[in-house]
Amino acid sequence: MYGKIIGSGFYVPDNEVPNEFFENILETNDEWISSRTGIKTRYFSKGENTSDLGTNAAIMALEDSGIKAEDLDMIVFATMTPDMFMPSTACLVQKKIGAINAFAFDISAACSGFMYALSVAKEFLENGKVKNVLVIGGEVMSKSLDFSDRGTAVLFGDGAGAVILQASDEPGIINSYLGSRDDVKGSLVLKALPVNNPFIQQENDTNKMTMDGREVFKFSKQVIVDTIDKVLEGTGYSYDDIKMIIPHQANTRLIDYAINKNDKLKNKFYINVDKFGNTSAGSIAIALSEVRQKKLVEAGDLIILVGFGGGFTWGSLLIKI
Amino acid sequence: MEQKIKEILAEELSVDINEIKLESSLKDDLNADSIDMMQVVDVLEQEFGVEVDTSELAKILTVADIVNYIESHK
Ligand SMILES: CC(C)(COP(=O)(O)OP(=O)(O)OC[C@H]1O[C@@H](n2cnc3c(N)ncnc32)[C@H](O)[C@@H]1OP(=O)(O)O)[C@@H](O)C(=O)NCCC(=O)NCCS
Repeated sequence: MYGKIIGSGFYVPDNEVPNEFFENILETNDEWISSRTGIKTRYFSKGENTSDLGTNAAIMALEDSGIKAEDLDMIVFATMTPDMFMPSTACLVQKKIGAINAFAFDISAACSGFMYALSVAKEFLENGKVKNVLVIGGEVMSKSLDFSDRGTAVLFGDGAGAVILQASDEPGIINSYLGSRDDVKGSLVLKALPVNNPFIQQENDTNKMTMDGREVFKFSKQVIVDTIDKVLEGTGYSYDDIKMIIPHQANTRLIDYAINKNDKLKNKFYINVDKFGNTSAGSIAIALSEVRQKKLVEAGDLIILVGFGGGFTWGSLLIKI
Repeated sequence: MEQKIKEILAEELSVDINEIKLESSLKDDLNADSIDMMQVVDVLEQEFGVEVDTSELAKILTVADIVNYIESHK
């Protein structure tokens, strides 16, 4: 039994924010941002929260798949910017779309979140425990950004993507690979609440994301190609069999750098970071949905999804469309 | 070593090796931005078995700075 993609969708808030926006609030400019990152524009919420973006992406994916919300057995939402600690974002979506027969939970693996969520869904589907699964990756990154820090504010965007996976005798998700290790230096951090209770009082310091861009750049460079190789291992497939690779959309320079010396990989990467910025767990989900919508892949094509980010975490999937 | 460093710079920054002098400014003469420099450092680390701390990068401005850094950290 395989998990097969039968539908997909994505949603971004109706508020496009070009690089020029930052020229008024920070010492930066369009030239710096686009030449260092490839990003030209992103979308920022004007109030919609992560579950709202996820719900809109889910509705589009359901329509695309032809199944109804009641047919869903399971909902997994990958995010590091949930609306609340409780209920989970997945439960909020469940309510909004009326998926009364599903169980729902969130997964936290930062920019690799969608890889982790798909991998979990894959296992449930292969075990025959569920038939239809909604997997969402989405973030409202803008609520976690420090708009006085030009090193992070210009990089991220808000958005969500969703896929419907169905148990099928035909492949689907062929393989998945996940990894993580200690981010020793704290290069990517978004803090939650400090312990405050009758026994200890602590300052509630920043709940904005902090990043050491260079360390993250170094880490990402080390894992991208390796993570692609790992998901092919033991499958009998090689680079030549792969139609397209959808990487986490962090920075075009980073992707170019990682694959620099590998001509076999070079032209397979799908990039849309110019339009959306880095939407963390949303990015691969949005790109996958866009690729299906534009019919850039067709039934039978093999693709690889590859994510990397905070934790550190990384992950990849080999999928037959 | 100087020659090897020049070769690496020529390759990574796509510049003519004859234009690379010891006193060349990486940024102004060789057009390397901070991301190009991370790439260069990566190759230097592999080639010479040194570890360049990312915070030290800001002090490396010329080709001579690279040569000196590697000599003193080998
Ligand atoms: C963020 C990133 C583009 C910064 O590039 P960088 O080369 O590391 O930049 P640095 O922070 O070293 O800064 C280089 C220079 O640009 C300046 N700078 C940084 N951000 C800037 C901005 N938005 N606009 C203008 N100048 C900026 C710095 O102040 C510094 O100036 P100086 O050389 O005069 O000191 C890069 O590190 C990166 O993409 N890292 C990966 C981040 C990522 O993808 N994170 C998410 C992973 S899931």
